[in-house]
Amino acid sequence: MAFNYDQYLRVNKMPTLWCWGCGDGVILKSFIRAVDKLGWNKDDVCVVSGIGCSGRFSSYVDFNTIHTTHGRTVAFATGVKLANPDKHVICVAGDGDGLAIGGNHTIHGCRRNIDMTLIIIQNFIYGLTNSQTSPTTPQGFWTVSQKAGNIDPTFDGCKLAEAAGASFVARENVTAPKKLEKVLYEAMKHKGFSYVEAVSNCHINLGRKNKMQSAMANLDWIDSITVSKKKYDKLSPEEQLNLLPTGILKQDTEVKEYCEMYEEIKKVHQGKRGKITQDDFAKKI
Amino acid sequence: MSATREVISSGNDLAAMAAVDAGCRFFGGYPITPSSEVMHTISDLLPKVGGAAIQMEDEIGGVAAAIGAGMSGVRTLTATSGPGISLKAENLGLAQMAEVPLVVINVMRGGPSTGLPTRVAQGDVAQAKNPSHGDYKSITLCAGNLAECYTETVRAFNLADRFMQPVFVLLDETIGHMHAKAIIPTEEAVKEGIVPRKTFDGAPEDYLPYGVEQDQPAVLNPMFKGYRYHFTGLHHDASGFPTEEIETCRKLIDRLFRKVEEHQGEIELNEEYMLDDAEILLIGYGSASLAIKEAVDVLRAEGVKVGMFRPITLWPSPEKRLHELGQKFDKILSVELNQGQYLEEIQRSMGRLDIAKLTKTNGRPFSPSDIIEKVKEL
Repeated sequence: MAFNYDQYLRVNKMPTLWCWGCGDGVILKSFIRAVDKLGWNKDDVCVVSGIGCSGRFSSYVDFNTIHTTHGRTVAFATGVKLANPDKHVICVAGDGDGLAIGGNHTIHGCRRNIDMTLIIIQNFIYGLTNSQTSPTTPQGFWTVSQKAGNIDPTFDGCKLAEAAGASFVARENVTAPKKLEKVLYEAMKHKGFSYVEAVSNCHINLGRKNKMQSAMANLDWIDSITVSKKKYDKLSPEEQLNLLPTGILKQDTEVKEYCEMYEEIKKVHQGKRGKITQDDFAKKI
Repeated sequence: MSATREVISSGNDLAAMAAVDAGCRFFGGYPITPSSEVMHTISDLLPKVGGAAIQMEDEIGGVAAAIGAGMSGVRTLTATSGPGISLKAENLGLAQMAEVPLVVINVMRGGPSTGLPTRVAQGDVAQAKNPSHGDYKSITLCAGNLAECYTETVRAFNLADRFMQPVFVLLDETIGHMHAKAIIPTEEAVKEGIVPRKTFDGAPEDYLPYGVEQDQPAVLNPMFKGYRYHFTGLHHDASGFPTEEIETCRKLIDRLFRKVEEHQGEIELNEEYMLDDAEILLIGYGSASLAIKEAVDVLRAEGVKVGMFRPITLWPSPEKRLHELGQKFDKILSVELNQGQYLEEIQRSMGRLDIAKLTKTNGRPFSPSDIIEKVKEL
């Protein structure tokens, strides 16, 4: 029997705002399948998004949903989660939303290792506002704000998340929806901050002047710049330079989760335990 | 008169205590002088009662976390000073638009910009009226003494849930850091006075969070209770989902105004001191009113018939009462620790421009002698 997506969708909000052929729909479907596999009650899930095409993600899913301001997704979600530590909180942001204007919140969400999943829909461009440079736009690409060619260096959101302290980091492509579903499932199951970069196409606003006017051309390019972590790790630094590894890139189940540690704070103030000291943590500096 | 207790405390500490007594269970903030003590104190008090306080990575994150918690249904607080409000402004607009109750304490310091971080000012009064872009109706309370740091914070939480929007409590550096005796309501009295936000208990498929009368706030159920709905800063329809439908958009903003304007009687609070037989009217609020009151006493002892009008709710302003007072008094003096931000509202309400002003923007509080001297010049 075909999978019933409708039970998780606000079908009366369809069709989505996303363009024909957009990869965001693939991410939406993979996310829904992963949630279904987790068996979560819809009432126990909160999906928080920011501004941009990715920002509309929250309005299409039948959970408790919040469409926040540009870049602030993780900060809003932190309030939801810390006030309701037994609930499931999922953030959805774009590369501009989560890595440029919201970069600080992404860094500190990762650092706190607060139990939530941040899905970064990475399409290398500001799509909704028509092709401005994002922190992941490759150098030399045409953008509407750098028509001579983008000179701003890119950075790797997964490396940032890892360095900042996220205990789960993964990347997967919309060209591999089953793999994407699997990493989303693992990410949401993980206790702690999980960062998932879902590499998506924007043939309309990335591709239009960068020789990828069709969804297929854009997807082929994505496939050409990504490689599984297993293969990536065997490559030389020169070969790795222009590739992005996919799959689970980091999974640490030892590091303490923020809300659990906050329960210890409550115990201290309620006289149920002594103060928190360095002995409570493996990492001392 | 409800039961009271006597405490020795500071304005910032009293505000934090009041929040917790009023049922606040979440705080999101960021350190900033001269408001930091609110965070210091509440971060001890909240975990004791099962709540949570978090110091976020910046001012924007502080208010965002607080609003997020508020969306989930808990009473929530952030505290800051002027520069922090400037940073929080966009998200305060989201809370206005999505109708999320939130209390914002602003302990005012000298500005603009970094200004005089450790010194007093009342320069954020105009900002409190419209901190964010767009059209909405702000509710702003202003503590004029130590006890009001407590009572106005309690009132702010009840008003936030009644009107489903952010409510500002303005303190200033003088009152926030003042440390003395205060007589405040007992915790029990505060608990008895708590009016929680309205909720909908019908079938989830019939729930329209924003489908209310034009003079009423949204009815937002707590999250995770079976009513799955959507918050957005976009113009939205009765169900809470984005729309650009012309009449729906018009009605939404109209309602954000009318829900406050048509119930101003529930919000307005003023103090009138020795006004009945007064010939000269002094108007001031916050810490300035402490000096005004003492000046009134001194001048009265000298036979000068002065009285004070003190708005405790600054926004929406007590425009009708101000208008009446403008008809009654010939000599009026407005006293503010800014260049006359509220004076403009007084002029507008009274429909006259001949209001004398005494202002100070050097980071120092008023002394009663400043006011006495000015009154004698009138």
